[in-house]
Amino acid sequence: MTSRQTAAEGSTQPPALTIDALGKKCPIPIIMLAEQINQVPRNGIVSVLADDPAAFTDIPAWCRLKSHHHVASHELPGGGWAIHVRRNY
Amino acid sequence: MAYFDAASTEPLHPQAREALIAALDVGWADPARLYGPARRARMLLEQARTEIAEALGARPDEVSFTASGTQAVHLGVLGTLHGRRRAGRRLVTSAVEHSSVLHAAGIHERDGGSVETIGVGRTGVVDLAAFGEAVLAGGTALACLQSANHEVGTVQPVAEAAALCAEAGVPLLVDAAQTAGRMPPPDGWSVLTASAHKWGGPAGVGVLVVRKGTRWRTPLPEDDRERRRVPGFENVPAIVAAAAALRAMAAESAQESARLSSLVDRIRREVPRLVPDVEVIGDPVARAPHIVTFSCLYVEGEALLTELDKAGFAISSGSSCTASTLRPSHVLEAMGVLTHGNVRVSLPQGASGTDVDRFLAVLPDMVRRIREDAGVRT
Repeated sequence: MTSRQTAAEGSTQPPALTIDALGKKCPIPIIMLAEQINQVPRNGIVSVLADDPAAFTDIPAWCRLKSHHHVASHELPGGGWAIHVRRNY
Repeated sequence: MAYFDAASTEPLHPQAREALIAALDVGWADPARLYGPARRARMLLEQARTEIAEALGARPDEVSFTASGTQAVHLGVLGTLHGRRRAGRRLVTSAVEHSSVLHAAGIHERDGGSVETIGVGRTGVVDLAAFGEAVLAGGTALACLQSANHEVGTVQPVAEAAALCAEAGVPLLVDAAQTAGRMPPPDGWSVLTASAHKWGGPAGVGVLVVRKGTRWRTPLPEDDRERRRVPGFENVPAIVAAAAALRAMAAESAQESARLSSLVDRIRREVPRLVPDVEVIGDPVARAPHIVTFSCLYVEGEALLTELDKAGFAISSGSSCTASTLRPSHVLEAMGVLTHGNVRVSLPQGASGTDVDRFLAVLPDMVRRIREDAGVRT
């Protein structure tokens, strides 16, 4: 089950990389994430900034399918989210 | 063209077409009048009502015909809430109901009522424990649960939900649009809704069934038609055709549903084998016989459907870009599965195994090309 709530767990670790996908429609934010996640070291955090509502569901779903870890999604003051993903492998 | 969009509408059954043409000639008069042609129209209408009632596990006097399945849901939800105003103003519904339920719930909220939406698991099955708890809360006037989900095919535990509702003394509305005629009718409901064009009848006929003893009051201006439940002159020829389609569909469905279900199994098994980065969603076993949905990572759903159309496949999607809204599908969102690159294959009666094979043959290359065009390295 999912919800619009954000998880607090692990959110203290600063992101090693921020991907700005604001204004981009799905699946582009996910394509960008898949392309760039290997630029951070293992256990590093990638923060995807996205405002397509589909990204809010699809990035955690991508993490599940690709065995990476969705850490948390933080709402951005200007709309959209910073969606934090930990590289697992 | 291979038509794989039965969940949107089933093609008109040949027996419905025949019945429709015959009824246009003999069933055109006003069934509320007393003269010969009117009596004939009334007889046809009541015969259709009896047949449809029987197929849905209802009594004829519990069945009213509406202008659509959507209208049946609107009247079912709002009429029951209205009739049970004294019991309370809470409505309980699952997060994956058809938009007609959610929009009726929206009106109820705007009128000062409250709505509790119960979440679903990864396969789309409603959280039964939470559902049971919600209907027990004081002031609950109505609960809604679909028989099977329209986007992913997952069958809901209607019998269990009905038992919980009965215990709480709360009526349960079951939206049976995706299963009527294809699966045995659900049991334990107080209000049942369905749509004839989903079972091979013509468009413009919905069914609203209100069990004897269920409080119901029209939310619309009073009208004498359809036991004062639905306003306006009945479309008798279309209703006659709807009954013919349901009769034919129910007779064929024992065999045909099993055949379609095994084609769906083939798609569920082969798509992830043939296409990398695909998630087949919905319950693999507890599902409607004819629906299978999968999502392709990194693929824009609309691009895929356009390519499929060019290759001769009529298929739809719950993806946001194709569903005439910018919001992702509320169903896929509630399930926590990919909302992009989504394809819903829903097989009509008679769908051929050859067409399914051809679909499986063209799909992998199509997905590969769309990913390549988007710059995805696989």
